[in-house]
Amino acid sequence: MGVLIFLAAFIAVSIPLSWLFRAGLARSLPRHMASVARDMPLTAAFGLWVIALYVFVAIFAPLLAPFPERAVVGTQFQPWDSTHLLGTDRLGRDMLSRLLYGARNTVGIAFATTALAFVVGSLLGIWAALRGGWLDQGLSRFVDALMAIPSLIFSLLLLTIFGTTVLTLILVIAAVDATRVYRIARSVAQGVVVMDYIEAARLRGEGNWYLIRREILPNALAPLVAEFGLRFCFVFLTISSLSFLGLGIQPPTADWGSMVRDNATLITFGDVTPLLPAGAIALLTVAVNFVVDWQLYRASGLKEQG
Amino acid sequence: MHAVVVMILQRLALGVLTLFVVSLVIFGATELLPGDLASSLLGQSATPETVAALRRQMGLDQPAPVRYWAWLTGVLQGDFGVSLATRRPISDMLAARLGNTVFLALYAAAIAVPLSLILGVLAALWRNSLFDRIANAGALSAISFPEFFVAYILIFLLAQSGFFPSMVRLNPTMSLGDKLYVTFLPALTLTLVVTAHMMRMTRAAIINLMASPYIEMARLKGLSPLRIVLRHALPNALAPIINVIALNLAYLITGVVVVEVVFVYPGLGQLMVDSVSKRDIAVVQAIALIFASAYVLLNLTADVLSTLTNPRLMRRK
Repeated sequence: MGVLIFLAAFIAVSIPLSWLFRAGLARSLPRHMASVARDMPLTAAFGLWVIALYVFVAIFAPLLAPFPERAVVGTQFQPWDSTHLLGTDRLGRDMLSRLLYGARNTVGIAFATTALAFVVGSLLGIWAALRGGWLDQGLSRFVDALMAIPSLIFSLLLLTIFGTTVLTLILVIAAVDATRVYRIARSVAQGVVVMDYIEAARLRGEGNWYLIRREILPNALAPLVAEFGLRFCFVFLTISSLSFLGLGIQPPTADWGSMVRDNATLITFGDVTPLLPAGAIALLTVAVNFVVDWQLYRASGLKEQG
Repeated sequence: MHAVVVMILQRLALGVLTLFVVSLVIFGATELLPGDLASSLLGQSATPETVAALRRQMGLDQPAPVRYWAWLTGVLQGDFGVSLATRRPISDMLAARLGNTVFLALYAAAIAVPLSLILGVLAALWRNSLFDRIANAGALSAISFPEFFVAYILIFLLAQSGFFPSMVRLNPTMSLGDKLYVTFLPALTLTLVVTAHMMRMTRAAIINLMASPYIEMARLKGLSPLRIVLRHALPNALAPIINVIALNLAYLITGVVVVEVVFVYPGLGQLMVDSVSKRDIAVVQAIALIFASAYVLLNLTADVLSTLTNPRLMRRK
């Protein structure tokens, strides 16, 4: 019952906040961007300010957190009180501080992984579409073979082989995800490479790298950006799940997935604290999804008729 | 009838080829390591003699194609080799757990598939109503939640007050009813995770068709909306719906990994996670092969079924 009341209160607070945020954006931005901000749905405004909040917390975590990330500052499983606002964890570390530092570690690592997957996957995909022939066929069949294995299972297999450190985690998830990005980038780029301006640039004698950078990428960017948001959610959930399983980000680094795992016993005693890091993961994913939904809607041109 | 048989045989051949490639990838992944598995497992402090001994024990002193052939022929006869950590035959470790995992996945599917079809049809029927909006918003958030979050919310709401057990203890003498009761929470978690996606796709597939002329005709004849959706739209929407159901059943396979760990359910996923942290590569390879095969077979079935529901797809070639 308490959860439902909390949820209702959260929604009741976030609606006016989102409205204020949108109004503020529309007021402060230069004119051509202000109209975009004014037309955005409340869900997108909500998504944007939640993302902004996470970025803010991630950057200023050391200033915001009342205690250091890894220091044992109390006895284990202390309840919520005035010094430890959210109590302490299994080892007596301050929950609130670890939650704040988690924004930096969990989100940062997920972001780095997605970025890496995108650079590798989209460059290879565009290159394959541009060159065509045996290179395209070879790469695409190879990617098909890798995609026949469910991604979580394949990641687990690779983590067994290479061991579970943060670096291997980033590389493994990025490699598995790059296959998915490759598919999208290739199909988007295939629509672009048949255009006349590509032919014209080729006849001018431009090299492949110039074509990718100056002709194809700018025209393939819109769908790729929306895909970046979706991929980020996916990578973020995968990394959190792996950390939850004890195979991702390793202690003593503060991380939301492993925080849930470490303190899960509290839930059976009716304490909601371990749900907070899980909720933090869910909230960010929902926010990103809302923004991506809005961007897809804008890119599809539906707004013109509305 | 002849064309159908040819189509199914073609797809089966393609499926066998895919399975072969998958087995190559799963086996070949270990070859990616710089050095080899034995030295990597033992770490830097190991003496050359122990490394050589482990290498001989794992058969690493033989060339890769020979090892692959031995592994593949073993697997086809149901022999996955021995675990590196416990020295027990892997087939024995898998036997009971495979049954448990299949039971859990089928249980979740038996709830999720009818539920999402009904919700999807209703959402399409009452498009843009309050029900539709709530169902959509709910589905979008359910997709965004990590599985363990859903699981712990359910534990918090249902297990902590004593309605259902939060840990699953199975024993062979249990009756089916007891088993269903004990595994209800993990099955419900999986259901919530996959229902959202299936419901959205069902709704989208039906709404897509609602604009077509023959539906307009049916509407002008004065048929009731429910009859239009069920008898006219749904049969033509079956192909995408079957595809998304198969995709989600395949997703269940990976979903069980996290859910089994949360509920301490004695299934394949839990064994896999344990083996990953012990770096017991032989067991991980075996389970990965089972999961990947199930995934490939489900996609194959979906492909065949959705072609069967749409005769146009068959006559095209």
